[in-house]
Amino acid sequence: MSQTAVKNQQSTKTGSDLDVELRKVFKVFNGETAVRGVDLSIRRGEFFSILGPSGCGKTTLLRLIAGFEEPTAGEVMIRGQSVVNVPPFRRPVNTVFQSYALFSHMNVWDNVAFGLRLKKRGKAEVQDRVKESLKLVKMDTFAKRFPAQLSGGQQQRVALARALVNRPTVLLLDEPLGALDLKLRKEMQVELTNLHLELGVTFIMVTHDQEEALSLSDRIAVMNNGMVEQIGTPEQVYERPITPFVAEFIGDTNLFQGQVETAEPTFVEITTAKGLHITTVTTQDWTGSATPDQVMVSIRPEKIHMSLTADRQENCFVGRLKHVMYMGTHTHCVVELLSGDRIIVMQPSDAALLPDPSTPVYVYWDSVDCLALAA
Amino acid sequence: MSTQVPASDSAAVPGAGRNRPASRWVEPLLLLGPAGLWLVLLLVLPTLIILELSLVPGIKPGGIVNPVLTQFPNYAQIFDPIFVSVIGRSLLFAIGVTLICIVFGFPVAYWIAVMSPKQWRNLLLLGFILPLWTSSLLRSYAWITILRPTGVLNTVLKALRLPELDLLNTGILDFLKFLPNSAGWATPIIDSWVNLSLAVFIGMSYSLLPYMVLILYASLEKLDLRLLEAASDLGASPKQTFWKVTVPQTLPGIAAASLLVFITGLGDFVDPELLGGVSSMTAARLIYNQFLGATQNWGFGSALSMVLIMAVSVAIALLIKYGGDSAEV
Repeated sequence: MSQTAVKNQQSTKTGSDLDVELRKVFKVFNGETAVRGVDLSIRRGEFFSILGPSGCGKTTLLRLIAGFEEPTAGEVMIRGQSVVNVPPFRRPVNTVFQSYALFSHMNVWDNVAFGLRLKKRGKAEVQDRVKESLKLVKMDTFAKRFPAQLSGGQQQRVALARALVNRPTVLLLDEPLGALDLKLRKEMQVELTNLHLELGVTFIMVTHDQEEALSLSDRIAVMNNGMVEQIGTPEQVYERPITPFVAEFIGDTNLFQGQVETAEPTFVEITTAKGLHITTVTTQDWTGSATPDQVMVSIRPEKIHMSLTADRQENCFVGRLKHVMYMGTHTHCVVELLSGDRIIVMQPSDAALLPDPSTPVYVYWDSVDCLALAA
Repeated sequence: MSTQVPASDSAAVPGAGRNRPASRWVEPLLLLGPAGLWLVLLLVLPTLIILELSLVPGIKPGGIVNPVLTQFPNYAQIFDPIFVSVIGRSLLFAIGVTLICIVFGFPVAYWIAVMSPKQWRNLLLLGFILPLWTSSLLRSYAWITILRPTGVLNTVLKALRLPELDLLNTGILDFLKFLPNSAGWATPIIDSWVNLSLAVFIGMSYSLLPYMVLILYASLEKLDLRLLEAASDLGASPKQTFWKVTVPQTLPGIAAASLLVFITGLGDFVDPELLGGVSSMTAARLIYNQFLGATQNWGFGSALSMVLIMAVSVAIALLIKYGGDSAEV
């Protein structure tokens, strides 16, 4: 998966290998803007995720591609063709709905055959493809059951089969795993990845679960407040977020607001509001007049080390251990620095340093492990 | 009585001994008793009385062919072609009105339940059931005022210089007259009992439409709109979505509403009496005549009643069997 991700990284120039394009798309509902000028280019065969908190417009974006909504402004294209004003039933996409939306008056077989029968496929073809599709999601033995007789995970599989049997150009998944419990979700994540590899169909998935997006996607669009904040591979959005929102939304992070003291091409020195001096790297060139007034510094909890001695000068601060949260493989520690800032440190549980609250403790990190972002 | 209750019942559940065996009877009895008594006194008993009356010969049966039926002269009389046509007319009125109410009621209920602004729904619904607030007698007289030759409708038509209509004396098959070469074959049909009164259909449909809309609304309001999107997503045009998803999903509601309209239509005697005149004799009117009208034949009236009860029971049985889960109205 990471291989395709690397291969796809910077090739948005040509239109021919794009399955879905959104150009300056706006959507306004009764005076409320849900989507504000979104541009997206989704490549053929890609597993693309739209990630964001609830209410960020990600589901609206998916519905715009499916055709349940029409953009207020902008253009939606599928395989180079504008689909604005093309109704859903004439679009070469199929959706797996969050609630599955299985037809309760039909059994599993008829649910899956629904699309093919509408297209007037021959009886034998319907038979073969429905069977094949049910086999693909391991539901072939449940063909005679009704949706009400299935568990959530089974309904999910039927919903997948019902969409995939039509061999869509693009498969849209709206929070497909949201209603499943943790264990089932993990299983279905693996199966989704397998299905994607096996079929080579473009998957566009909407999710609010950053872990799900990171583990499944070739690329992720992180949305906030109707806008796309960043598009990139899971590695890019996690390791090199370009806005404070992305840094905070994807994974846990410690954010400090501050001002730039010195800006060099290779590093930046920042003083935070509470007086910490942090040396950090940045993705932008802030030398000269490009220096922003206010910046945010992001440090991932797992990049921070704890020690009982001041091992170094740079990015090393003294404090006291306030809270400890055991999380299984890792242990979250909250350290209160002398400045009053609270900082979250994540240590592997088997090697966790957990000093007494009365003992001073030093936290430190490498300057390349933190990131300054324009606030 | 308490000694007959098995001891294991209270022993099995700790603390259940406090619950005296007799109390298992008290609550259901208190809850069901009053209504049950009401039903027994005013429904079960009268029905049994009607059943008994129907078995007593009131008049001499004339020209009976089937020897088995000589045992039940009142029922045998029903097979007289005149009375068969009366029952047939009643059924056709009831079925026809049910179909009219579905055709006119479904779009209305769909629009209110699915498309209208949420805050307006209760008001819209109230508007559609307003006709129920007036008495059925009043409604029928209102229709006479509208439809009669010198009524509101013709006044309007006259003002618009359109041909006037006599809808109170129009049968639903009268249009056959205007077909080419109709002179020969159409006349017997137009003169037969199946040429039902249009005015009765109008009046009955008007009265029963609110019931249809109300029940369909309740059913359509529960319709999962995401299913309609799913159908569209899978390639169904709006028309296909309607027939393959909306209708099957709301079938229990359609069945329940149809049953209610059908039964009420079958029992309606005000509209056929006032809007249909002598040519619109229905079973309900006939029964009325046997008990309270000029004929005064209780035995025959009772037999007719039993036949209607059977017809309704069959309709209910069909609904329970094929109407789906939520059909227990």
